[in-house]
Amino acid sequence: MSQRRTARAPFGAWFNTSGWRDLIIATPYGWLLVFFFLPFLIVAGMSFAVTVVATPPFAFLDGWPYLRGENYARLVEDDLFIRAFLISIGIAATTTVLCLLIGFPMALCLTRVSRAWRNLLLMLVILPFWTSFLLRVYAWIGLMNTNSWFNKALTNAYNALVPAEMALRAIQMTNTNFAVVLVMVYSYLPFMVLPLYANLERLDPALDEAALDLGSRPWQVFKDLTLPLSIPGIIAGGLLVFIPASGELIIPSLVGNASDPMIGRVISDQFAIARDWPMASAIAVVLLFLLVAPMIAYSHFEARAQARKEMEP
Amino acid sequence: MSRRPIFLLTCLAFGFAFLYVPIVSMIVFSFNKSRLATVWGGFSTEWYGRLLDNELVMEAAALSLEIAFVSATFATVLGTMAGIALARFKRFRGRSLFSGMVTAPLIMPEVITGISMLMMFIVMAEWIGWPSERGFTTITLAHITFSMTYVATVVQSRLSEADVSIEEAALDLGSRPWQVLLDITLPVISPAIVTGWLLAFTISLDDVVITSFTTGPGSTTLPILIWSKVKLGVTPDINALATIMVVVVGIVVIAASLSMNRYEARRERDAQLALKNNG
Repeated sequence: MSQRRTARAPFGAWFNTSGWRDLIIATPYGWLLVFFFLPFLIVAGMSFAVTVVATPPFAFLDGWPYLRGENYARLVEDDLFIRAFLISIGIAATTTVLCLLIGFPMALCLTRVSRAWRNLLLMLVILPFWTSFLLRVYAWIGLMNTNSWFNKALTNAYNALVPAEMALRAIQMTNTNFAVVLVMVYSYLPFMVLPLYANLERLDPALDEAALDLGSRPWQVFKDLTLPLSIPGIIAGGLLVFIPASGELIIPSLVGNASDPMIGRVISDQFAIARDWPMASAIAVVLLFLLVAPMIAYSHFEARAQARKEMEP
Repeated sequence: MSRRPIFLLTCLAFGFAFLYVPIVSMIVFSFNKSRLATVWGGFSTEWYGRLLDNELVMEAAALSLEIAFVSATFATVLGTMAGIALARFKRFRGRSLFSGMVTAPLIMPEVITGISMLMMFIVMAEWIGWPSERGFTTITLAHITFSMTYVATVVQSRLSEADVSIEEAALDLGSRPWQVLLDITLPVISPAIVTGWLLAFTISLDDVVITSFTTGPGSTTLPILIWSKVKLGVTPDINALATIMVVVVGIVVIAASLSMNRYEARRERDAQLALKNNG
């Protein structure tokens, strides 16, 4: 019994003395350094290189300063890139807002149904996420085709609403930005619903009832109580939709308009078709700093604030 | 507020219709006789037969399953370690970088991850002569890397909810570290490990973008094959393939989540029983 510590050692500290801790940390850490961090250093370095006709098609300057910032200058000068950035941000923002408008009532409703139903419905929200992404995009291509039942139904509905001279034979849906937004909303909706649900579920229903008992109207309760309290969920869901949507490659390639390329497509084309690796790298670096870094910083500070809140009595 | 939220229920129904109509339509049209993928021409299972006879599809499916199995297994081991490290070891050198690297792949545009992986493989082949060719190995390495972060996130959130004092009590009572790990920590996170493996498996099976960058000649996975077919247009045999995949994945996910719910319920009952007996 003499060896037994009088005070409880924290789990981490105790593991430290045994060597297990180092193994558990170092293995995944090393893996991520080699296969995730190192590739980014290479891309960052590549963005300062020069394109040459060789395999691989890049080289660094021979003399000092070895690096060349011209790729970044071209990014600002060439409006192809600026336009692609703006289109991407516009499409991603539209997608995020629509996901929020569709997803918020869904999440709110999920918190109001009985527990048995709730588990089933939550599973139904998650299930499409488990099925193939590519095939879900493909399913929409089928629906949007000019001879599909869905397109015909939409065309009939449209023709019934407008005067006869404006009637259409079919609505052109594929190869438009509309199709990109539609399929993106479809693909990313679960990413909006789940964080919103997690946030709304924690709200105390007694608050709503108290406000109603005190004479608030339902929409006032929503505006003054539910909505402000759900802002963390809205931000979390919004980022989960906006960031991947802005860099999306598959959806715009399959259903988008080739004359309005999104930035993911531009990176891929610069790399694979133009074989301008340094330029593709420079765009990737800028995209990362504009979109992904703020998100990581946000979640980092959020986690810290959360930890601080928990430490307080 | 009305106690029956009619408006909300309507929104929910609309949302689910939006999520499921395309999938149901695809399943229905997989039994279509017509060559036109979305015009009904009578019932037929012809496309399923053709699909099973198609050697290219079968080979690609086999390669995809193989990659998914290997990468999910490695990703689960590495991701579980990362999840334990993040949830249980609050302070170590470089923790911020580590947690950043675990979060980043979840939100990173895949095209960036894919290109950077490919550039690394090419630069490494140039410098140290490895990997001499791209294919199974490079795809699997890439898949392990991004799916381990999903596993880590699932395990971490599970472990943060679990009470650390049980592990500490076992320590105080003289258990050895590996005993605590094997007898307490791992059983507590076992549902998360199962979820993580399934997640890693389906993500690998589904990936197009990162695979398209890290693949080489002769290594066509199923999503790459579908990608090249879909670019040419919608055909009924893809409807059949999609139906098979959706049904298989659906059954596995539903079965897994049902059995996990049961496992959870049993654990909770046992815990309450134990409390009652001791109190």
